[in-house]
Amino acid sequence: MSTANPVAQADAPPMLEMRGITKRFPGVIANENVTFDVHPGEVHTLLGENGAGKSTLMKILYGLYQPDEGEVFLNGEQVKLQSPSDAIEHRIGMIHQHFMLVPTLTVAENVALGLSSTRGPITDLKHVSQKIKSLSDRYGLQVDPDSYIWQLAVGERQRVEIIKALYRDVQLLVLDEPTAVLTPQEVDDFFVILREMTSDGRGLIFISHKMNEVMELSDRISVLRLGKLVGTTTPQQTTRQDLAQMMVGREVQSIRAERPASSDQIALNIQGLRVGGDRGVDALVDFNLDVRQGEILGVAGVSGNGQRELAEAITGLRPVKNGSIDLAGKAIAGLNPKQVRDAGISFVPEERMRDGAIGEFSVADNIVLHNHSSEQFSRAGFLNFGAIRAHCAKLVEDFKVKTPTIDTPAKNLSGGNIQKFIIARELDSDPDVLIAAQPTRGVDIGAAEYIHSRLLSARNAGTAIMVISEDLDEVMLLADRIAVVCQGRMMGVVDRADASREKLGLMMAGVESTD
Amino acid sequence: MRNYFIGAAIAVASVGAALALGAIMLLALGANPIAGYQTMFSAAFGSAEGLAHTAVKAIPLMLVGVGICIAFRANVINIGGEGQMVVGGLFATSTALAIPGAPAVIMLPAILIAGMIGGAFWGAIPGALKAHYNVSEILSTIMLNIVAVQLMNFLLRGPLIDPGEIERGTRIPQTARLPESADLPMLSESLNLHSGILIALVAAILAWVLLWRTGIGFRLRSVGLNPAAARYAGMPVKRNIIIAMTLSGAMSGLAGAILVFGSESHRMVTDGSSMGFTGSAGFNGIVVALFGALHPLWTIPSSFLFGGMLVGAHSLQRVAQVPSALVIALNGLIVVFVVSTEWHRKRLQNKPPKVKDNADNAASIDGAQA
Repeated sequence: MSTANPVAQADAPPMLEMRGITKRFPGVIANENVTFDVHPGEVHTLLGENGAGKSTLMKILYGLYQPDEGEVFLNGEQVKLQSPSDAIEHRIGMIHQHFMLVPTLTVAENVALGLSSTRGPITDLKHVSQKIKSLSDRYGLQVDPDSYIWQLAVGERQRVEIIKALYRDVQLLVLDEPTAVLTPQEVDDFFVILREMTSDGRGLIFISHKMNEVMELSDRISVLRLGKLVGTTTPQQTTRQDLAQMMVGREVQSIRAERPASSDQIALNIQGLRVGGDRGVDALVDFNLDVRQGEILGVAGVSGNGQRELAEAITGLRPVKNGSIDLAGKAIAGLNPKQVRDAGISFVPEERMRDGAIGEFSVADNIVLHNHSSEQFSRAGFLNFGAIRAHCAKLVEDFKVKTPTIDTPAKNLSGGNIQKFIIARELDSDPDVLIAAQPTRGVDIGAAEYIHSRLLSARNAGTAIMVISEDLDEVMLLADRIAVVCQGRMMGVVDRADASREKLGLMMAGVESTD
Repeated sequence: MRNYFIGAAIAVASVGAALALGAIMLLALGANPIAGYQTMFSAAFGSAEGLAHTAVKAIPLMLVGVGICIAFRANVINIGGEGQMVVGGLFATSTALAIPGAPAVIMLPAILIAGMIGGAFWGAIPGALKAHYNVSEILSTIMLNIVAVQLMNFLLRGPLIDPGEIERGTRIPQTARLPESADLPMLSESLNLHSGILIALVAAILAWVLLWRTGIGFRLRSVGLNPAAARYAGMPVKRNIIIAMTLSGAMSGLAGAILVFGSESHRMVTDGSSMGFTGSAGFNGIVVALFGALHPLWTIPSSFLFGGMLVGAHSLQRVAQVPSALVIALNGLIVVFVVSTEWHRKRLQNKPPKVKDNADNAASIDGAQA
């Protein structure tokens, strides 16, 4: 599938060379003697688990950190990048995972933001608009310069970020997980644009953990692990399995294990659900869905199509306007979060540091966040720390949570370990239904594997599990049935056996399932 | 342990920096700073009388400060200590006037509880407004301070005024001598030290127990640190905001009651301002709590320090002819230094710095070793 770019030539002098970069933080080496280069017209992918040192290396390139050792060369000349403005001056651009756009300004205004105008202190948006139009034509980026950012869909916003970079004539562009918010079809269009950019001799640094995209787009792939460069390879010379092994440092097991058939007993039944969104428009409309005992139902969809609101409506965090939610025949719509929990629904939230844990609290305190007042952990209003600590120690061991002590503040743990203790806490109450939103987002491969295996064993023990995920690979790996949402509507439910990426991708884009 | 050391060192450094700036002010006023500070120190802490006087000044500061700790832990900023003290004083005074014949065993608990109810009521109002209508508690508590003063002026000029003042026609806005069974028992007649200090110490310890040993405190701190996570875990966020303001107000109300019944005149008097009644303890209590790192137990030494400064200020005025307002400036300087060093304290205490990559690695490496 990979097409080596004719412009990318190994003998051309590299436009960027980072030599022997070492960056130490107290107690940890984030980058150790890392060497990385980009040739003109090349896509060089940076692959690695969370905490492998990818963002540290990119922050050094962007002038946010200074390396302790090592040198940075641009077009053969040594440079010292002291701040992002130095990087911008050297035509280095970065597109962050979360877009840096002002929603209340137009496309042209956002592009002009921070640049000096041709007319001194007075803005010249006409000039900007014209240039945006010529760039759009040149690269096939359809965007209206006069529309407001808040009116644009996510894919369009990303195009605005690219236009911003092109407008500044960026030669080297860093893309941090750019496809997380796109449907598979949008990803294809996006890659065409990126190819167009490299054919101009621009260099791209692509950060992603989606193997199929990495294999498709990259000219070269460098893998980081624990701050060190494991190796650099090309898609022709490697396989997805090999890359995963390089990232993790050991063989990755596949968890497509035997699974008993799920029962026909419906555990959670949602009928005609209507839920308001944050911006006044309904986030879910006439939504029907059921989850059976002992099955994993995957909810797939592009980010922001009502998945968050669905989880919040079920768990009592968001009011239900219309429709019913029944847990084993008992109506739970309109109950508060505590009542929903008591009824037997557990919830792994999407934003683990915002909703799932209190960073300043210890791991032990976080383990009992929802049931600290139960008889097990409190007596006459006083917390029973002995019982809490014993319980926490048991769960930490059982779920292999890596933490120095159970008294360590949760914020000092890695994302994967925070997620593990949240899953431990939510499964511990032996719920009838578990709602897991983005259970492995931002989690390293080892922890993700483990979380998947725990979800499967809970499924096999009879729990009804709803996995809401924007990662199609995860949904296809875990789910027995896959439901697709688009713009707050249910596009259909597909059995795993009948699901293909193409079919799901079309449904995610709003095309009704034909069967 | 290291964090305690850093916290204490920064607190001491803040006081030192404020005193150094104060020394310049003393020099500008033509006084010898060293002699001036010596005078202040020996007046506040140099004798049994001085210490007793400092303790009495520390009582309202400690109680208000403890209340501020409770509110701040739930991320509610209670600037209404003044008003809550006034209303607490009024509730307690009215109670004592209503049951004049009651023996001390009934009278004392009755007035203390009444004071707490009054303050709690005055704190619950802005708490409910914040919880249900998202009204800034900073604004509503300040406004309610003004309402409380006008209420006090009205009651002490009318319904609660000493009948003798009307007979004599002097009409000083104050109550009659309150029933003697309501006088706070003295710990030492000669030092003029009443038992209010014990009540304040017990309150500080109970507040610590509440915050760190009970489910209520667990929920208050959860809501204060991360309301989204608290809500997701099934905690009623709105109710906890109201509880925090109610408890905080109760502490200030208790301070108001103790001010009335521990006073030498044993009356409630107004000079028309809240300061005349509280001595600004409702505001200075915030300083005390901040200096005590918003911890109820650290509030105890903190309130003695600031109580001592109030006592020292008077003797400084007498001995060195320096306006006692200088001490208000010193208080302010200490707050400025404490608050502006907060960032440094957090940075020092949280080393290694919280860079995302780095924190992830640190934890996993530590974890691997553990």
